[in-house]
This record gives sequence, structure tokens and C-alpha cells, in this order.
Amino acid sequence: MRREIPIAICFLAGIFYTLELFIPHRQVLSIFETVRQWAQILIAFAYVLAIANILRVNFHAIQKNQRDWPYKVVLIVSLFFMITLGIFFGGIGEGTIFDWVYYHAQYPLQSTMFALLAFFIASAAFRAFRIRTLEAALLAVTAVLVMIGRVPVGEELWNNFPDFTEWIMNVPQLAGKRAIMIGAALGAISTALKVLTGLERTYLGGE
Amino acid sequence: MIPLSETIGIWLGAALTLCVLSFLYKDNPFFKFAEHLFVGISAGYWATLEYYNMFLPNLWEPLTQQGRLLLLVPFALGILLFSRFTKKFSWLSRWPMALVIGIYAGIAILGYMQGDLFPQIHANLRPLVTDNWLTSFNNILLTLGVITGLLYFFFSKEHKGALGGAAKVGIWFLMISFGASFGYTVMSRMSLLIGRVLFLLKDWLHLVN
Repeated sequence: MRREIPIAICFLAGIFYTLELFIPHRQVLSIFETVRQWAQILIAFAYVLAIANILRVNFHAIQKNQRDWPYKVVLIVSLFFMITLGIFFGGIGEGTIFDWVYYHAQYPLQSTMFALLAFFIASAAFRAFRIRTLEAALLAVTAVLVMIGRVPVGEELWNNFPDFTEWIMNVPQLAGKRAIMIGAALGAISTALKVLTGLERTYLGGE
Repeated sequence: MIPLSETIGIWLGAALTLCVLSFLYKDNPFFKFAEHLFVGISAGYWATLEYYNMFLPNLWEPLTQQGRLLLLVPFALGILLFSRFTKKFSWLSRWPMALVIGIYAGIAILGYMQGDLFPQIHANLRPLVTDNWLTSFNNILLTLGVITGLLYFFFSKEHKGALGGAAKVGIWFLMISFGASFGYTVMSRMSLLIGRVLFLLKDWLHLVN
């Protein structure tokens, strides 16, 4: 019962949704829409579960006085601070305190975190671009050409540089990307079928 | 005249930017503070958005204002998710999980077929011989790249002989694709860095116009 019922629910829900393509009747579509709404509600609950999990892990670390525990306090306080601002202090619209915190704290933090990767990507490039094989050479040369072609200095070096970069993007790059997309789509479809038929059961937690 | 709230915001943004950038020296308390603050604020931000965009319009308002009692079913299933925290009843959390996974697996089958698989195959069905030699060359190259790239992903047979050769050509196309993606990623990270440096020099320090 502990395994069979979830597998049956998963199978029925998945097959039900696959039928959407074949039965485009208005009333049937309204049932699909209702079940889709249910899924969205459950995902909202999953967010709450995730928050509860964050709190559980961090409270545990604080309780045990683990290394860096004061930062866990910062995490928990900022989490509650943001939720409290959004729910009890004027909502999330433009001009609210929630909006202010987003633009003046979360946005700078997020963009600087990603900007920081520019430095690490440079050191990664140094390792990746050591041309030892034909494959590494292709990767390095393409990356350099794309980068040069996208900045003004590229056009200064050669008038047709931007067009050449465009050709790389539209032909050889697109061919590789398309192969990846088709391969990934086939992989995702087969994985979804494995989930629906109960061959893939990792979501059951190891049983 | 800049409002006080804007000035405080700029100083806060600048301080947090510097805290994150301090990681370039080494891992330090300022970075750790910014890192944990970022995680906390982001989690709170997304949870609040979920509350307003999903929970209220899809569950709470229809249930309390329109009396749609059928919504008690997803509500009960949502509550069951929390049984994960108890050893005895954790198996009950599999029911809502199975429903969500089943729905999204069903959506994925159709979505990937209609959104990726068929459109990509369709887009690649191009004439190999045309009046324009460059178009013909491009189309041949594109077809060759896609077919050899897919052959590389075919693992049911050992990559030897003709298959091995074709897979090797496929790797070249994949490498070109990865190189271009890498170049793009570097460019996007660089523009983010330029944005942050400009923020510090222009909005905060007023050193540049």
C-alpha cells in the first residue's frame, strides 16, 4: 500500500495529462485545468515545506552551536523579515518596503554573486583552454571568436567579424545545440515514461 | 534631490556588493554574512511571491469567498506533505508527491514532444542542394552536425568503426556548441560585473557620469 498507491496516483495523473492532447473537449479541458490548479497548490505547499526544512536544518545548527552558527541566525532572521514585510507591511507591489528590500538588497546581492563568477570563469577558462586535443582547441577557438565577435573591438579587427560570429552561432553551434536539444528531449520523455510506469521510483524515497 | 530612502538603499546596495566582492580576497565574515543574507532574503522573497501568486488566488480565496469545497482535497494533500517530518507517517507524503510528479511527467511528455523534439527535427529538414552554394553548404553542415551529434548520444552500440567516426565528428560539433555557450556565459558574467562596478562608481561614489 505504501508503494502501490503512490505509483498508481502517479500513473493515473500522468496518463490523464497525456490524454489532454487527444481529447481537446471543453469540459475535459476544464477538468485538466482543475487538476493543474491542484498541482500548483501542492507546489505552493512544497515551498512551505522547503522553508520548514531550511528552518529545521538551521535551527539544529544553532542549537548545537555548530561552526558559523551566527550566520544561520542571519539567514533565519532575513527569511522571516522578508516574509513579514511582504505579508504584513503593504504587500509586494511597487513602492512597498518589500519592493525596496528587493531592489536594494536582493538584487545587488544576486547580481554581484553572479558577477563574481566572471573571475572564477576566467580561471576555469585557463584550465579548459589549454589546447591539448582537437576537441579542446575547437572549444577554445569558438569561445574566443564568439567573445571577440560580440564586442566592438571585433569589428575593428575585421569588418566581417560580427557576421562570422553570427555564422558560427547559426550553423555549427546550432547543429550541436540542436543535437543536444533532441537528445535531451528524448531523454526527458523516456524518463517521464519510466516515472509513469513505476520503473523510476526515486521520488518514493528509496523504496 | 535624491530621497533619503533611495540614498539609504544605494549605501546598502554598495555595502552588500563590497561584502560579496570581498570573497576575491578570501572567504571572510563579510562574505559569509552576505551569503547567508542572500539565501534568507531570496527564500523569503520566493515564499512570499508563492503566497500571493499561488496560495491566495488558487486556494484561499476560492475556498473562503466562493466556497469551492473541492479545493479541500489539494489542501489536505498539501498538509500530507508535512508528514515527512514524522517517521511513522512519512509515507503519506508520497501521495501528494506522486500526484505532482505524475502531472508534470505527463506535461513533460507532451511539452518536450511539442516544444523541443518535433520543432527541432522539423527545423532541420532543409534542402541540401539549393541555387545558393553557401545556403547548400550551411544546410549540409547543419544536417551533418545534428546527425553526428545524435549518433554520439547513441550508447546502445560501442563507438567503433563508422559509428565511432561519426560520433567523433559529432563531438567536434558539440565542442563548438559548448565553446559558444562558454563564450556567451563569460560575456554575460562580464556585463554583470561591469554593471556592479558602474553602480559603485556612478550611483554610489558619483565618480563617473
